[in-house]
Amino acid sequence: MITNIAPQTSAVTNSRPMRPHWAEIIEIEAEAPGIATYWLRFLDPALSKGYIFQPGQFNMLYLPGYGESAISISSDPENRELIGHTIRYTGNVTQNISRLKVGDVIGVRGPFGTYWPLEQAKGSDIIISTGGIGLPPLRPLLYYVAHHREEFGRVVLLYGARTPKDLQYTDEYDSWEKAGIETMITVDRGDESWKGQVGVVPILFYRMRMDPKKTFVLTCGPEIMIRFVVFEALARRVPSDQIFVSLERNMKCGLGQCGHCQIGPYFVCKDGPIFSFAQLEPYYNVEEL
Amino acid sequence: MPEPTLEIGSTYALQKPAFNQLIASLHSMGYQTVGPVVKGDAITYAPIQGLEDLPQGYTSEQDGGRYRLVYTGHPRYFDVTPGATSWKQYFFPPRSEMFTASKEGRNWRIEETPQSIPAYALVGVRPCELAAIHIQDRVFLRDEWSDPIYRMRRESAFILSVNCLHPCGTCFCDSMGTGPKADTGFDLNLTELEDFFLVEIGSEAGKMLVSGLPIQPASAFLIQNANRGIDEARKRMGRVMPNSPELPAFLLSNLEHPHWDVVAKRCISCTNCTQVCPTCFCWDAFDQPSLDGEQSKRVRVWDSCFNLDYSYIAGGNTRPNTRARYRQWLTHKLASWHHQFGVSGCVGCGRCITWCPAGIDITAEVAALQKEPIS
Repeated sequence: MITNIAPQTSAVTNSRPMRPHWAEIIEIEAEAPGIATYWLRFLDPALSKGYIFQPGQFNMLYLPGYGESAISISSDPENRELIGHTIRYTGNVTQNISRLKVGDVIGVRGPFGTYWPLEQAKGSDIIISTGGIGLPPLRPLLYYVAHHREEFGRVVLLYGARTPKDLQYTDEYDSWEKAGIETMITVDRGDESWKGQVGVVPILFYRMRMDPKKTFVLTCGPEIMIRFVVFEALARRVPSDQIFVSLERNMKCGLGQCGHCQIGPYFVCKDGPIFSFAQLEPYYNVEEL
Repeated sequence: MPEPTLEIGSTYALQKPAFNQLIASLHSMGYQTVGPVVKGDAITYAPIQGLEDLPQGYTSEQDGGRYRLVYTGHPRYFDVTPGATSWKQYFFPPRSEMFTASKEGRNWRIEETPQSIPAYALVGVRPCELAAIHIQDRVFLRDEWSDPIYRMRRESAFILSVNCLHPCGTCFCDSMGTGPKADTGFDLNLTELEDFFLVEIGSEAGKMLVSGLPIQPASAFLIQNANRGIDEARKRMGRVMPNSPELPAFLLSNLEHPHWDVVAKRCISCTNCTQVCPTCFCWDAFDQPSLDGEQSKRVRVWDSCFNLDYSYIAGGNTRPNTRARYRQWLTHKLASWHHQFGVSGCVGCGRCITWCPAGIDITAEVAALQKEPIS
């Protein structure tokens, strides 16, 4: 007998929004010291076939006994079956995720939040400017651009890490280049084998020309880096509604309800994490908001 | 006398002693009746069986950081304004278990914690508190999803509100547009007069409840009396919020006002204002595992934007200083709330003023900000 499984597009149950959906860890891929990608497949077949997310959205990952952590989805949005989360082991939940093995099961709720403005950016140039653990939320967008390269103008990736060892997804740079994504990499400190650029990410803006009116700048990373990227973009007259920023805040629900992630009038989990700088401008320089 | 035809929106008169029949009807319909009672020199909410449990003859003196229950011996049952407790706890409990995850081999099984609670009949809900319940409805019952714990409790509840004729020193519902008269959102709404309760029917459930009671249509004289009492109550508000349609935009453009520093010197981040506030909804969730790690309960508790951990992220806390936390609380309540839920988060109940150990007064702080705006 064949059972038809209606695809379920979201791992959030509307009548039980805090209830996680279980997923099995299919593969763990070390990316850099303290950073690994967890490839998950939902146990519920309807979800593993139908789960849909947009580049830039995140899931709440739940480890029973420890709690939940908001983690961006870092995989190809067109791969419905394996959902990747690139995790830096830093807090209570993520450090204990580091003890999990392939075959273990983890709770997932999501996808939550806004996403990168792919529709708006069609036909325009895109500058992706990111550092450290800010790259994973942008990787789904890189996949999308690679699959649909003709939809966009020039696409540039500016990416930085502390040292060459901290660079993530190193075996994918060639395929990004091949797909027509100009990839510029920098590190804060080189080592004996490093022959590339040294310096912080915003410096890379000085190594290229852009047509600001038709350029979208997308950035995610340490807040201090974001600050300077926005500064460089504005200095080159990129309109503030074409600069997009992904923010990080404490989150407990993803539903705009627990209150923790607020910045000004926004819930970062629901109205963000991705905001246009035009939205953030009145609040961005307010300290401790 | 012929039975009056009951209609939603109509007002009837009920002799005071017959109020106990109303309570008995609620009991027979399966409700647990909860109302204001005197406990430990304060008004709190607890199960009541009839008029004899209500705080007849009491009134309260309230001011910034001050609460005194006073017995004056007057004959009225609903004269005393509420204490620190709000109805929030009945729909959004301070602590609730959401589910238990149990290990099954390498998998986990989830069992929801059964919520075995009675259907509550809230007796004596003030208009400000009624407004607060409707504000929390917007938070917990959304179009796209709803909170199961809140929904179950809220949907099974009966609300018997009471118009406010004697506001206290920290009341300012009139300037928030939430009182002293309840307009909508109740099953039954009372106005307490000398010998009668006026009963306004607000729902089918309310209509059913009063159908067996010895009520008669309220005379024009009684209704006039009630309206006069409500008008006088408006004049006796202890505080005024300098409220206006421009207030949200004003606050969000004065985030760097020097007055935030002035408040921060007095505020001790104790979280009292958020715990007594009938609309504050922030919560924290954590796991409570069994010692063998085979089971874990997921628990939800009230949180507060005044807690340091509230804004914790890997890089540190976004609001390490009290200035930022007080600003978050006030601007959320009076400004951001409009953006998020289409309504102010303040109902003018005055609890945050009364129960602030430093006597910080939200109405005075807004006035101080407005006195010398920076933009």
